[in-house]
Amino acid sequence: MGTIVYYSSSSENTHRFVKKLGLASVRLPVDAGSEPPVVDEPFVLVLPTYSGSDGKGAVPKPVIKFLNNPANRGFIRGVIAAGNTNFGAAYGEAGNIVSAKCAVPLLYRFEMLGTEEDVTNVKQGLERFWTRSH
Amino acid sequence: MTKGKTVMNVHVKPLSRVRAINWNRIQDDKDLEVWNRLTSNFWLPEKVPLSNDIPSWATLKPEEQKLTIRVFTGLTLLDTIQNGVGAVRLMNDAQTPHEEAVLSNISFMEAVHARSYSSIFSTLCLTPDVDDAYRWSEENEFLQHKARLIMEQYDGADPLKKKVASVFLESFLFYSGFYLPMYWSSRAKLTNTADLIRLIIKDESVHGYYVGYKFQREIERLSEERKQEIKDFAFDFLLELYDNEARYTEDLYDSVGLAEDVKMFLHYNANKALMNLGYEALFPPEACKVNAAILSALSPNADENHDFFSGSGSSYVIGKAIATEDEDWDF
Repeated sequence: MGTIVYYSSSSENTHRFVKKLGLASVRLPVDAGSEPPVVDEPFVLVLPTYSGSDGKGAVPKPVIKFLNNPANRGFIRGVIAAGNTNFGAAYGEAGNIVSAKCAVPLLYRFEMLGTEEDVTNVKQGLERFWTRSH
Repeated sequence: MTKGKTVMNVHVKPLSRVRAINWNRIQDDKDLEVWNRLTSNFWLPEKVPLSNDIPSWATLKPEEQKLTIRVFTGLTLLDTIQNGVGAVRLMNDAQTPHEEAVLSNISFMEAVHARSYSSIFSTLCLTPDVDDAYRWSEENEFLQHKARLIMEQYDGADPLKKKVASVFLESFLFYSGFYLPMYWSSRAKLTNTADLIRLIIKDESVHGYYVGYKFQREIERLSEERKQEIKDFAFDFLLELYDNEARYTEDLYDSVGLAEDVKMFLHYNANKALMNLGYEALFPPEACKVNAAILSALSPNADENHDFFSGSGSSYVIGKAIATEDEDWDF
């Protein structure tokens, strides 16, 4: 079973979701100036979407910095995105961008902190995902 | 002599100094982040070609037109409160000068929203029909009760309860109204009006997120007892608002047979309002089954099944074109 790498801003929304999963995880620094960690095992990335009207800047900077390291990028197996349907087509856009850039599947989307149903879906989904593919 | 000295002391008190805002010294990064997001989202109703909806408006039945004007008048009332009272009261409680500046942007955009409904009216509707709806808004007990419940909190002394009221207004109370333009849009009616409403929805979502974030920063410093007291207040208040909102919904939508569908949308958004405050969802999933057409009018790809885990969804496409590039990416 791989790990989870996630980004959560000072709003702590994504952090709360990941904590509810109760699985091993690595949090990326909130501050874009800090050095991102280097991972050495397969992981699924969980990240929120930040969006302007054109979707620019949808992926948080510390996530970009982390994925710019080829060693980290080599271990990404999937992505899970948080968002809000109120942002229209940009809902969970960060997940689409990372999925396309890293050629990994977008595994799941949830809104804001996620509901209990989302937590169950992701927990069970990840279990199956890791046993099936690795 | 002594008296004169006291007066002098009052005058030299450093507390009375007025400080200039410095955006290059930020205490809370969220202030700048949200300021940038709100200012980059700035829009005016003149930018939306509302007049293209004139033929579509004419296809609505008289009772559908009446419902639409009433719904928009109800929304105007809420925007008026946020513009003139809600955001302004929150400014008094701001912890940083930047928070105060963000709230001033929020206040102004609420005025833009309120003004937008008048643009819709002047483009599509007859003046006597609109006047009727404004009269209705002053007389409708549920709309007035909703406004009163919110105003009570804004007039109260508790900064946290004011934030709760603001988030519930922004993230929950608007949605009995937002449902209708999404419904028309899903039936290819009033699509330009729906585009304008979507701009409003995006703004309100950032407002709810930001005020909810500030609320959470403040309660994390409190005792467990006080935290619980505020949480109890928030859930009680939500249920009180919901009770009234359900009746407001029936009053408006029963005539077109949509009340139950609107309520699903209300539950879904009430949960999101609670999440903005950092609380767990209250309404169970089966009460939040929003009509797929409404959800897709809100977010065009929201009903696409991205549940890769269950294997039931549409398969993803690797390497599809990316609409948004960021110069920071190295690969």
